[in-house]
Amino acid sequence: MNTLITILFLVFAVFILAAAIMTVTVKNIVHAALWLISSFFGVGALYLLMEAEFLGVAQVLIYVGAVSILILFAIMLTRDLEGSQNRQLTPRWWIALIVPAALFGVLIVPTVMTHAWQLPPPPAGQPPTISSAQQIGTAFMREYLLPFEVAAILLLVAMIGAIVVAFEEREQRRRVLTLAEQVRLRRQRQQQQVATLPEPVVSAVQPSEATSGEM
Amino acid sequence: MPSMTEAVPLPWVLTLAGALFCVGLFGALSRRNTVGILLGIELMLNAVNINLVAFWRYLEPNVVAGQTFALFVITVAAAEAAIGLAMIIAIYRARQTVNADEVDSLRG
Repeated sequence: MNTLITILFLVFAVFILAAAIMTVTVKNIVHAALWLISSFFGVGALYLLMEAEFLGVAQVLIYVGAVSILILFAIMLTRDLEGSQNRQLTPRWWIALIVPAALFGVLIVPTVMTHAWQLPPPPAGQPPTISSAQQIGTAFMREYLLPFEVAAILLLVAMIGAIVVAFEEREQRRRVLTLAEQVRLRRQRQQQQVATLPEPVVSAVQPSEATSGEM
Repeated sequence: MPSMTEAVPLPWVLTLAGALFCVGLFGALSRRNTVGILLGIELMLNAVNINLVAFWRYLEPNVVAGQTFALFVITVAAAEAAIGLAMIIAIYRARQTVNADEVDSLRG
């Protein structure tokens, strides 16, 4: 049985890491979001393996169900069709590779591997008591009541803030640009940039003007 | 009664969480797309959560504090994702781009 759990852990670990690496390297941002969702699933399975069943379910509900949908909607609303063929990484991405690699190789692995973890001895006879979902609920209603309320207020504030930030007045509302309009807009902006060289580009041309100007 | 604590040593789990954190950090640093940066940050938050749950399971399995803290981290991550994506939509609306290096009005 123990070897089975070890194999399961290794499978989950490889799956999580592979999905995470695909998330940060794949070109298409929609594919990156889908890889991120599979990585979330792997983490949820790892929670179940660690006998944190409530957290596993919460992970699937919140991350796979809510956060990923938010991300996919944001990608859909901000999709730059023309720019999706361009490079996705910053020009100095190798510096960004050195920092995490050094962090992992120099700091995390030596610390984790050499530290003497004082694990509690396995209880002889009866199985160890593990806090269950019921105990978590009780704790939330008793000793963690104030943090629970603060988290609720945080979510409310975040919801109102997201609406305020993303809200659009009706007069300023524009329809979504099609690919042809995007290309035309980009070309116009480039021509403007060439025409008025040192001047900072004042962008945000209204698409209605852009189309009416052409016609 | 087989359990994870006997089958898998704690440093393995912590190494997995550290590797996931570093992958997320690389994504947050190297992506040009702001949504991609946010994906990297979500990966990092997940790595932190794995660490919290691992410490709870291996060191203090009969205390609920570890799982409670992981739940609060999930809450904050959800709020952060909502605000961050709303900001990305607002930026896109104003400038028709989501690339972080094209949004440089504050550059000196």
